Amino acid sequence: MSTTSVMGGIVRRKEDPSLIQGKGIYVDDKKLHGELAAVFVRSPFAAATITSIDASAARALEGVHAVYTAADVRHLGPTLAQVAVGTLRPLLADGVVKHVGEAVAMVVADDRYVAQDGADLVYVDYDPGQAVVDLKEAFSDAVKVHADQSNTLLTWNGNAWWEGVIDLPDPSPGIQESKLRDDAVVVSLEMINQRLIPTAIEPRAVIAHWSAGYGSVELWSSSQIPHAVAGAVATTFGIPSNKVRVIAPEVGGGFGVKLNVYPDEILTCFASRELERPVRWTETRREAAYSSIQGRGWIGTATITGTRDGTILGYELEAICDMGAYTHNFTVAIPLLGLFVASGQYDIPTSYKLHCVVTNTMTTDAYRGAGRPEAAYYLERIIDAFSRKIGMDPADVRKANFHPPEAFPVQTAIGLTMDTGNYAVNLDSLLERVGYEDLKAKRDAARSEGRLLGIGLSTYVEVCGFGPSGLAGLGFSWAGYGLPTAFNGSGVVRVQPDGTCTVTIGTGPSGQGHETTWAQIVSDGLGIPMENIEVQHGDSLDSPMGVGTFGSRSIAVDGTATFEATQRVKAKAALIAGHLLEAASEDILFADDGAHVAGSPDRAVSWGEIATAAYQPHTLPEGMEGGLEASAMFSPSNATWPFGSHMALVEVDPQTGDVDLLEYWATDDCGNVINPMIVDGQIHGGIAQGVAQALFEEAIYDSDGNFLTGTMIDYALPAAESLPMFQLDRTVTPTDVNPLGVKGIGEAGTIGSAQTVVNAVVDALAHLGVEHIDMPLRPKRVWQAIQDARG
Amino acid sequence: MQVHITVNGIDHGGDVEPRRLLVHYLREDLDLTGTHVGCDTGYCGACTVLVDGRPIKSCTMLTVQADGSKIRTVEGVADGNQLHPVQEGFWECHGLQCGFCTPGMIMSSVALLESNSDPTEAEIRHGIEGNLCRCTGYHNIVRSVQYAGAKMRGETPALGVTAEASS
Amino acid sequence: MYPPKFDYLSPTTLDEALSALSGAENAKILSGGMSLIPLMKLRLVRPATVIDISRIPGLDSIEDRGSHIEIGAMVRTSDTAGNALVREHATALAEAAGSTADLQVRNQGTTCGSIAHADLAADQPAAVLALGATMVAESTRGTREIAAADFFVDTLTSALEPDEILTRIKIPKGGRSVYRKLGRRGGDSDYPIAAAAVWVDTTVGDISEARIALTGVSSKPYLALDAAASVVGTDGSAEAIAAAASHATDGVVVLEDLYGTVDYRKQLAETYVRRALEDLLA
Repeated sequence: MSTTSVMGGIVRRKEDPSLIQGKGIYVDDKKLHGELAAVFVRSPFAAATITSIDASAARALEGVHAVYTAADVRHLGPTLAQVAVGTLRPLLADGVVKHVGEAVAMVVADDRYVAQDGADLVYVDYDPGQAVVDLKEAFSDAVKVHADQSNTLLTWNGNAWWEGVIDLPDPSPGIQESKLRDDAVVVSLEMINQRLIPTAIEPRAVIAHWSAGYGSVELWSSSQIPHAVAGAVATTFGIPSNKVRVIAPEVGGGFGVKLNVYPDEILTCFASRELERPVRWTETRREAAYSSIQGRGWIGTATITGTRDGTILGYELEAICDMGAYTHNFTVAIPLLGLFVASGQYDIPTSYKLHCVVTNTMTTDAYRGAGRPEAAYYLERIIDAFSRKIGMDPADVRKANFHPPEAFPVQTAIGLTMDTGNYAVNLDSLLERVGYEDLKAKRDAARSEGRLLGIGLSTYVEVCGFGPSGLAGLGFSWAGYGLPTAFNGSGVVRVQPDGTCTVTIGTGPSGQGHETTWAQIVSDGLGIPMENIEVQHGDSLDSPMGVGTFGSRSIAVDGTATFEATQRVKAKAALIAGHLLEAASEDILFADDGAHVAGSPDRAVSWGEIATAAYQPHTLPEGMEGGLEASAMFSPSNATWPFGSHMALVEVDPQTGDVDLLEYWATDDCGNVINPMIVDGQIHGGIAQGVAQALFEEAIYDSDGNFLTGTMIDYALPAAESLPMFQLDRTVTPTDVNPLGVKGIGEAGTIGSAQTVVNAVVDALAHLGVEHIDMPLRPKRVWQAIQDARG
Repeated sequence: MQVHITVNGIDHGGDVEPRRLLVHYLREDLDLTGTHVGCDTGYCGACTVLVDGRPIKSCTMLTVQADGSKIRTVEGVADGNQLHPVQEGFWECHGLQCGFCTPGMIMSSVALLESNSDPTEAEIRHGIEGNLCRCTGYHNIVRSVQYAGAKMRGETPALGVTAEASS
Repeated sequence: MYPPKFDYLSPTTLDEALSALSGAENAKILSGGMSLIPLMKLRLVRPATVIDISRIPGLDSIEDRGSHIEIGAMVRTSDTAGNALVREHATALAEAAGSTADLQVRNQGTTCGSIAHADLAADQPAAVLALGATMVAESTRGTREIAAADFFVDTLTSALEPDEILTRIKIPKGGRSVYRKLGRRGGDSDYPIAAAAVWVDTTVGDISEARIALTGVSSKPYLALDAAASVVGTDGSAEAIAAAASHATDGVVVLEDLYGTVDYRKQLAETYVRRALEDLLA
């Protein structure tokens, strides 16, 4: 008999049969008897005073049940946030609006069509004021977004961020001093890391049902964080959290946009309570673009000081980071995540100043990578510029400054500890696979024919798997929603009386394949076949206390909890099997849907027999408790630190500036891999989003704060024809932070890719004198850069 | 207005408002929620269904326009319990992650392969250009369609979990 | 995302449709709906009456009329793209139709609908301009023919009167044509940032006649008359092509938007005229 070990194997996803037949249930698919539909009236102005709202015609429309404005919901307070630095978002605009798309009124009607008819009849008078959109202007504080508050909410200032917790010397004086050296080479670039719209293909959706009889509410929400949403609902309405059930069923992509608590989640509960009917709302694509969170939005100057042998003496970044108008879940903490990986893979003195500034635009928050793509972008772009300046190969400059493998654990420039890393091996593996020297020759040959080929390289470090309970006091907690839990992982493993297994986890997928990966962990531990394991998630009352899917944390934290719970069930099952087989429990092995005595495969019992015994305690050894389940909570001692190296080959059309991404290679290292197919899929999608930032996407507000990219026509997601196949490989450097040795892979592709493509385009044009082009590298910008360089 | 529409082989009659979009008729009146809505402007393709054999975007079609037509949705692609080769391909090649674009992607792929059973990679990418996916970067979707093409041509697909696990 | 209410008419004869249109206030013709329905969903357009012409027999065919081919009002863009007559006699239109939007939109949308909508960056208008097509407009008042050159008046404005339906397009046979574009997502994907349709007659050796049309470049699709004039009478040498291309935007106000500055679009217009001519004369 073979074993059933499935760890590290390619396994078809358990999720897929329902999804490929159109039978998965997303929020908008859920129907409730007697439900009503809501539509929001939203501000067309970026900065204005509301002088009047006339909803009488809307209220009079047949089929409209209610129109709510700030006056109706003011008593509930603002939308809660976890890191509540800045102005929290009102549930509905109260006298003023601060960005285009801000919700002003909510119309509830028989169905969506009628609700929209009603919304058209809500007349709002605005007295427009001056909007602040430009980041430098906002930073100057000449015009304030919020009358009583500086536009700069805070500045993450290098190693001073953790004042009083870690005391490190300030690297800045040393870096300034090194600039005075005779052999110093200083390279500096101002670069924009533009605003993006996460754009999950499933728009956010909610349906709330307040039960007056039970004094409880059930809210279905397309959310990455159902527990936090439940906490926010409970806190807002002043009811205990065990009276709130938030269910996140199939979630059609997250990428951070569903990692927030939104007014609609509170307001549909409110309306349901008032009207005693279920109330649903599904956002339109425009709303997804301008009233759910956006990401990125930095302008900054990166500077490297080094010497001609490739030694980097100092790296500085000062950036203004756009927070938008209101604070959401993590808003001001996103740049902090960039600070965590400020120095990338390099042992270099690093000085960081990140100013978190408000503007009259939609809030920014976590979008795939969240601060880390921005950090990697600035660092890897300026290293490229430095390499060019000193005439050294960019791969060699990087290698010259890597933390060597023997240095781990490495203390970062701001005092965090990186777990494991093997950077040079990873990069060399990529260079060898690509045939780097041949590729450069090919590029040069093409160039001599007048073709513009370019090679781009980037390495990156990610920090993920949050996170240590010790960070709870620094915002890594849901205390902002009345749930003071640290970012633990949790899992419950139960063997049912028939020998099948239910796994209930505190985090749920929005495409990452949790059901499959977690089943692999349990199947590997217990020998129960994959098809007999069901993984449940996404119910704030039934799932163990979880904090959600974000920050590439699920496998490293919740996966580990499930692994631990599995070990506990296994230990008890071994006692039971030993009893049934009259053998010592330490001689029991699990495989093939049962247990047998080591060395005697014929002395076996099935999981059904073990479970039957477990649930009939009179058959168990004296004193053993019945049942066969265990729960575990895992609080890691540290975050995890995946890394990797990416390379791209592009060709630029000199006449049109059109960039053709010809080839893309990535060698990532996320530690141990449970399902390579799923891990590769995460990398594919991550790279696609980074490439999209490099070449296509930009959320644009004009100087008056009008939003110009509210449809998919104007916000150009890459289509199948826009992208090549991705050529992947991996190195494996397990973490020692968790027993599975896994690090997390959800964001790595995005963190590594945007600058890889930009580096390639600049490489194609550098001989013409182009030093930098801001993203997205639309043909017009590339063409303009060529013109400017030619003078 | 009265309409008569055949969906997945079943005749449906009923009274609909002229403004009712086909996708809402399918999802809300017929409870066929496999067809999804992902955008406002007929761009994302999550709502793709086959009307008289051709892929169209049901969020940009009035129900009354479809009066008298035969519609195939993702719920009607499998033959009973037997998955369509395209569905099998998506499962075998990890052609989906969150699954939201998948029904529309499958419908476009079915139409593509019914008109060209051996498309090149470029033809596949062109054939699904009206379907946006945010999760996969299209890499595994292309492989899924290649898998399905091989299967529909009566070949044994070299791609996919089953093939890779036995190799 | 939910269209406002409207009255829906589904006439089964052209006369019925024309009477409905002439009698109605604020009526819109619905053929494929690829422009109209999204605008109604966004509630940017609120017609009182929608007249669906898809059930009128005879409008959905492409016919060979000897000296010209005729494309009916309900011919879907994908059928235009794949039709053998169009590919042979109106290559630029087949190519423009084939690079319009995506497969689903091509299956729903109609060639005539796109022409009548007169979007400044639509693909097919450039082709009908270059091909010297004639638009046939019908109303209860009668039938009139409008030269493509006179058809595109301004952004989203054609020469059609409110009571007229574009029932067919007549494209003369003869000559050779191509359509070349740069789309917003690079290559030929998506709306053109700039595109050129070029038609030439070289039956007697040198270029005896030429038409060059551009779309995406200015407030409407237009014929670059100077560009065409400068290539006529030449043998299509590199110099002649370059000279023609340099006139691509003569006399028009070049558009500036997210995808292109004036200088850039001008350069693109020239580049695509040049590439189209090169491909055509190669």
